[in-house]
Amino acid sequence: MIYLTRKAEFAASHYYHNPEFTPEENQRVFGKCSNLNGHGHNYTLEVTVKGEVNPQTGFVVDLKELKDVMNREVVDAMDHRHLNKEVPEFAKAIPTTENLAIVCWQRLQPRLKVAKLHRVRVYESPDLFADFYGEE
Amino acid sequence: MKAHLTRRYQFPASHRLHRDEMSDAENRDVYGKCNNPHGHGHNYAVEVTVSGQVDAKTGMVCNLADLDQFARVNVIDTFDHANLNCLPAFAEKVPSTENLCIEIYDIFKRGFTRAKVEKIRIEETSKNSFEYSG
Repeated sequence: MIYLTRKAEFAASHYYHNPEFTPEENQRVFGKCSNLNGHGHNYTLEVTVKGEVNPQTGFVVDLKELKDVMNREVVDAMDHRHLNKEVPEFAKAIPTTENLAIVCWQRLQPRLKVAKLHRVRVYESPDLFADFYGEE
Repeated sequence: MKAHLTRRYQFPASHRLHRDEMSDAENRDVYGKCNNPHGHGHNYAVEVTVSGQVDAKTGMVCNLADLDQFARVNVIDTFDHANLNCLPAFAEKVPSTENLCIEIYDIFKRGFTRAKVEKIRIEETSKNSFEYSG
Protein backbone atom coordinates (compact mmCIF):
# COMPACT_ATOMS: atom_id res chain seq x y z
CA MET A 1 0.00 0.00 0.00
CA ILE A 2 1.32 3.44 -0.93
CA TYR A 3 0.07 6.73 0.51
CA LEU A 4 0.17 9.87 -1.59
CA THR A 5 -0.49 13.41 -0.37
CA ARG A 6 -1.44 16.41 -2.47
CA LYS A 7 -1.58 19.95 -1.10
CA ALA A 8 -3.74 22.95 -2.05
CA GLU A 9 -4.13 26.38 -0.54
CA PHE A 10 -7.06 28.73 -0.23
CA ALA A 11 -7.86 31.92 1.65
CA ALA A 12 -11.29 32.39 3.22
CA SER A 13 -13.13 34.24 5.94
CA HIS A 14 -15.45 32.92 8.64
CA TYR A 15 -16.88 33.48 12.09
CA TYR A 16 -18.15 31.16 14.81
CA HIS A 17 -21.72 31.75 15.95
CA ASN A 18 -24.42 29.41 17.26
CA PRO A 19 -27.87 31.08 17.06
CA GLU A 20 -29.06 28.79 19.88
CA PHE A 21 -26.55 30.40 22.25
CA THR A 22 -27.05 33.75 23.98
CA PRO A 23 -24.64 36.53 22.93
CA GLU A 24 -22.76 35.93 26.20
CA GLU A 25 -22.46 32.19 25.50
CA ASN A 26 -21.21 32.85 21.97
CA GLN A 27 -18.59 35.21 23.37
CA ARG A 28 -17.58 32.78 26.11
CA VAL A 29 -17.32 29.70 23.88
CA PHE A 30 -15.98 31.24 20.68
CA GLY A 31 -14.08 34.29 21.99
CA LYS A 32 -12.58 36.50 19.28
CA CYS A 33 -13.86 34.10 16.60
CA SER A 34 -17.44 35.17 17.38
CA ASN A 35 -16.99 38.63 15.85
CA LEU A 36 -19.84 38.68 13.30
CA ASN A 37 -17.84 40.82 10.89
CA GLY A 38 -15.68 37.74 10.39
CA HIS A 39 -11.95 37.24 10.04
CA GLY A 40 -9.83 35.14 7.69
CA HIS A 41 -7.10 32.56 7.30
CA ASN A 42 -4.77 31.14 4.69
CA TYR A 43 -5.85 27.52 4.77
CA THR A 44 -3.79 24.59 3.54
CA LEU A 45 -5.58 21.43 2.51
CA GLU A 46 -3.66 18.14 2.46
CA VAL A 47 -5.40 15.18 0.89
CA THR A 48 -3.88 11.74 1.40
CA VAL A 49 -5.03 8.85 -0.78
CA LYS A 50 -3.92 5.25 -0.61
CA GLY A 51 -3.78 2.34 -2.99
CA GLU A 52 -1.63 -0.18 -4.77
CA VAL A 53 0.77 1.01 -7.44
CA ASN A 54 -0.58 0.35 -10.91
CA PRO A 55 2.23 -1.67 -12.60
CA GLN A 56 1.50 -0.12 -15.99
CA THR A 57 1.72 3.53 -14.91
CA GLY A 58 3.65 3.39 -11.62
CA PHE A 59 0.89 5.56 -10.15
CA VAL A 60 -1.41 5.13 -7.16
CA VAL A 61 -3.64 7.80 -8.64
CA ASP A 62 -3.56 10.13 -11.60
CA LEU A 63 -2.32 13.31 -9.87
CA LYS A 64 -3.96 15.49 -12.51
CA GLU A 65 -7.32 13.94 -11.68
CA LEU A 66 -6.77 14.38 -7.92
CA LYS A 67 -5.70 17.99 -8.43
CA ASP A 68 -8.75 18.71 -10.61
CA VAL A 69 -11.14 17.21 -8.03
CA MET A 70 -9.50 19.17 -5.18
CA ASN A 71 -9.67 22.40 -7.18
CA ARG A 72 -13.26 21.89 -8.29
CA GLU A 73 -14.71 20.66 -5.00
CA VAL A 74 -12.75 22.72 -2.49
CA VAL A 75 -10.57 25.51 -3.90
CA ASP A 76 -13.08 26.88 -6.43
CA ALA A 77 -15.85 26.68 -3.82
CA MET A 78 -13.93 28.23 -0.91
CA ASP A 79 -11.02 30.36 -2.13
CA HIS A 80 -11.64 34.04 -1.40
CA ARG A 81 -15.10 33.19 -0.07
CA HIS A 82 -16.90 33.67 3.21
CA LEU A 83 -17.39 30.13 4.54
CA ASN A 84 -20.52 30.92 6.60
CA LYS A 85 -22.27 32.76 3.77
CA GLU A 86 -21.06 31.06 0.60
CA VAL A 87 -20.48 27.39 1.41
CA PRO A 88 -23.88 25.68 1.86
CA GLU A 89 -22.64 23.14 4.45
CA PHE A 90 -21.84 26.03 6.81
CA ALA A 91 -25.29 27.60 6.68
CA LYS A 92 -25.85 25.62 9.90
CA ALA A 93 -22.63 23.87 10.89
CA ILE A 94 -19.93 26.05 12.48
CA PRO A 95 -16.96 26.43 10.11
CA THR A 96 -14.31 25.25 12.58
CA THR A 97 -11.16 23.56 11.31
CA GLU A 98 -12.63 20.20 12.42
CA ASN A 99 -15.83 20.72 10.42
CA LEU A 100 -13.88 22.05 7.46
CA ALA A 101 -11.87 18.80 7.36
CA ILE A 102 -15.12 16.78 7.48
CA VAL A 103 -16.78 18.88 4.75
CA CYS A 104 -13.71 18.59 2.49
CA TRP A 105 -13.80 14.79 2.98
CA GLN A 106 -17.52 14.66 2.14
CA ARG A 107 -16.97 16.73 -1.01
CA LEU A 108 -13.92 14.76 -2.21
CA GLN A 109 -14.77 11.18 -1.28
CA PRO A 110 -17.59 10.56 -3.83
CA ARG A 111 -15.53 12.13 -6.65
CA LEU A 112 -12.41 10.00 -6.29
CA LYS A 113 -12.67 7.05 -8.66
CA VAL A 114 -9.45 5.06 -8.35
CA ALA A 115 -7.61 5.81 -5.12
CA LYS A 116 -9.16 5.47 -1.70
CA LEU A 117 -9.27 8.57 0.49
CA HIS A 118 -7.19 8.02 3.65
CA ARG A 119 -7.01 11.38 5.39
CA VAL A 120 -8.03 14.99 4.96
CA ARG A 121 -5.90 17.48 6.87
CA VAL A 122 -6.77 21.17 7.02
CA TYR A 123 -4.31 23.70 8.42
CA GLU A 124 -5.92 26.90 9.66
CA SER A 125 -2.43 28.22 10.44
CA PRO A 126 1.00 26.59 10.78
CA ASP A 127 0.16 26.06 14.48
CA LEU A 128 -3.27 24.45 14.14
CA PHE A 129 -4.66 21.66 12.00
CA ALA A 130 -7.47 19.10 12.02
CA ASP A 131 -7.44 15.56 10.58
CA PHE A 132 -10.44 13.51 9.46
CA TYR A 133 -10.17 9.82 8.54
CA GLY A 134 -13.83 9.27 7.59
CA GLU A 135 -16.61 7.90 9.74
CA GLU A 136 -15.26 5.13 11.93
CA MET B 1 -18.05 12.32 13.86
CA LYS B 2 -14.58 11.84 15.23
CA ALA B 3 -11.79 14.23 14.24
CA HIS B 4 -8.22 14.83 15.33
CA LEU B 5 -6.96 18.28 16.25
CA THR B 6 -3.28 19.22 16.45
CA ARG B 7 -1.93 22.35 18.08
CA ARG B 8 1.70 23.48 17.91
CA TYR B 9 3.54 25.36 20.66
CA GLN B 10 7.13 26.56 20.77
CA PHE B 11 9.60 27.23 23.55
CA PRO B 12 13.37 27.62 23.78
CA ALA B 13 15.23 25.68 26.48
CA SER B 14 18.70 24.37 27.21
CA HIS B 15 19.92 20.92 28.15
CA ARG B 16 22.97 18.74 28.50
CA LEU B 17 22.99 15.01 27.85
CA HIS B 18 25.06 13.44 30.58
CA ARG B 19 24.87 10.53 33.02
CA ASP B 20 26.80 10.61 36.29
CA GLU B 21 27.04 6.80 36.24
CA MET B 22 29.26 6.94 33.18
CA SER B 23 32.84 8.20 32.96
CA ASP B 24 33.61 11.49 31.22
CA ALA B 25 35.05 9.53 28.31
CA GLU B 26 31.92 7.35 28.04
CA ASN B 27 29.66 10.41 28.22
CA ARG B 28 31.60 12.08 25.42
CA ASP B 29 31.52 8.90 23.41
CA VAL B 30 27.74 8.39 23.80
CA TYR B 31 26.48 11.95 23.69
CA GLY B 32 29.14 13.72 21.60
CA LYS B 33 28.60 17.49 21.30
CA CYS B 34 25.46 17.20 23.45
CA ASN B 35 27.70 16.41 26.43
CA ASN B 36 29.33 19.88 26.43
CA PRO B 37 29.55 20.70 30.18
CA HIS B 38 28.02 24.14 29.66
CA GLY B 39 24.95 22.80 27.89
CA HIS B 40 23.32 24.06 24.72
CA GLY B 41 19.80 24.95 23.62
CA HIS B 42 17.04 24.42 21.09
CA ASN B 43 13.85 26.05 19.94
CA TYR B 44 11.54 23.15 20.68
CA ALA B 45 8.22 22.87 18.82
CA VAL B 46 5.67 20.65 20.54
CA GLU B 47 2.65 19.34 18.67
CA VAL B 48 -0.15 17.87 20.77
CA THR B 49 -2.80 15.82 18.97
CA VAL B 50 -6.18 15.25 20.61
CA SER B 51 -9.24 13.45 19.27
CA GLY B 52 -12.94 13.17 19.97
CA GLN B 53 -16.42 13.55 18.57
CA VAL B 54 -17.05 16.96 17.00
CA ASP B 55 -19.63 18.70 19.20
CA ALA B 56 -22.58 19.71 16.97
CA LYS B 57 -23.18 22.85 18.99
CA THR B 58 -19.64 24.20 18.79
CA GLY B 59 -18.10 22.39 15.81
CA MET B 60 -15.17 21.52 18.08
CA VAL B 61 -13.37 18.45 19.39
CA CYS B 62 -12.47 20.59 22.38
CA ASN B 63 -12.25 24.29 22.97
CA LEU B 64 -8.87 25.51 21.77
CA ALA B 65 -8.82 28.11 24.54
CA ASP B 66 -8.96 25.26 27.12
CA LEU B 67 -6.15 23.39 25.38
CA ASP B 68 -4.02 26.55 25.12
CA GLN B 69 -4.63 27.42 28.77
CA PHE B 70 -3.69 23.90 29.88
CA ALA B 71 -0.55 23.94 27.71
CA ARG B 72 0.51 27.34 28.98
CA VAL B 73 0.05 26.58 32.68
CA ASN B 74 1.33 22.99 32.66
CA VAL B 75 3.92 22.89 29.90
CA ILE B 76 5.07 26.27 28.56
CA ASP B 77 5.40 27.96 31.97
CA THR B 78 7.54 25.02 33.15
CA PHE B 79 9.81 24.48 30.15
CA ASP B 80 10.04 27.89 28.43
CA HIS B 81 13.52 29.44 28.87
CA ALA B 82 14.41 26.70 31.36
CA ASN B 83 17.48 24.55 31.76
CA LEU B 84 15.85 21.12 31.43
CA ASN B 85 18.55 19.47 33.56
CA CYS B 86 17.51 21.66 36.52
CA LEU B 87 13.84 20.62 36.45
CA PRO B 88 12.53 17.95 38.87
CA ALA B 89 11.31 15.83 35.92
CA PHE B 90 14.91 15.36 34.80
CA ALA B 91 16.56 15.02 38.20
CA GLU B 92 17.10 11.33 37.46
CA LYS B 93 16.53 11.17 33.71
CA VAL B 94 18.56 12.40 30.78
CA PRO B 95 16.69 15.33 29.19
CA SER B 96 16.82 13.84 25.71
CA THR B 97 13.99 14.85 23.43
CA GLU B 98 12.69 11.27 23.65
CA ASN B 99 12.33 11.71 27.42
CA LEU B 100 10.90 15.22 26.98
CA CYS B 101 8.27 13.77 24.64
CA ILE B 102 7.28 11.15 27.23
CA GLU B 103 7.22 13.75 30.03
CA ILE B 104 4.96 16.15 28.10
CA TYR B 105 2.71 13.29 26.95
CA ASP B 106 2.28 12.22 30.60
CA ILE B 107 1.44 15.79 31.65
CA PHE B 108 -1.34 16.04 29.03
CA LYS B 109 -2.56 12.48 29.62
CA ARG B 110 -2.83 13.02 33.41
CA GLY B 111 -4.37 16.47 33.37
CA PHE B 112 -6.17 17.29 30.13
CA THR B 113 -9.60 15.69 30.17
CA ARG B 114 -11.55 17.67 27.54
CA ALA B 115 -10.49 15.33 24.70
CA LYS B 116 -8.46 12.15 24.21
CA VAL B 117 -4.73 12.84 24.11
CA GLU B 118 -3.41 10.86 21.14
CA LYS B 119 0.16 11.91 20.54
CA ILE B 120 2.98 14.30 21.33
CA ARG B 121 5.42 15.19 18.59
CA ILE B 122 8.45 17.35 19.30
CA GLU B 123 10.77 18.96 16.78
CA GLU B 124 14.12 19.53 18.44
CA THR B 125 15.46 21.09 15.25
CA SER B 126 14.06 21.25 11.74
CA LYS B 127 15.90 17.96 11.10
CA ASN B 128 15.05 15.93 14.24
CA SER B 129 11.58 15.10 15.49
CA PHE B 130 10.25 12.60 18.04
CA GLU B 131 6.79 11.15 18.62
CA TYR B 132 5.20 9.37 21.57
CA SER B 133 1.68 7.94 21.73
CA GLY B 134 1.87 6.08 25.02
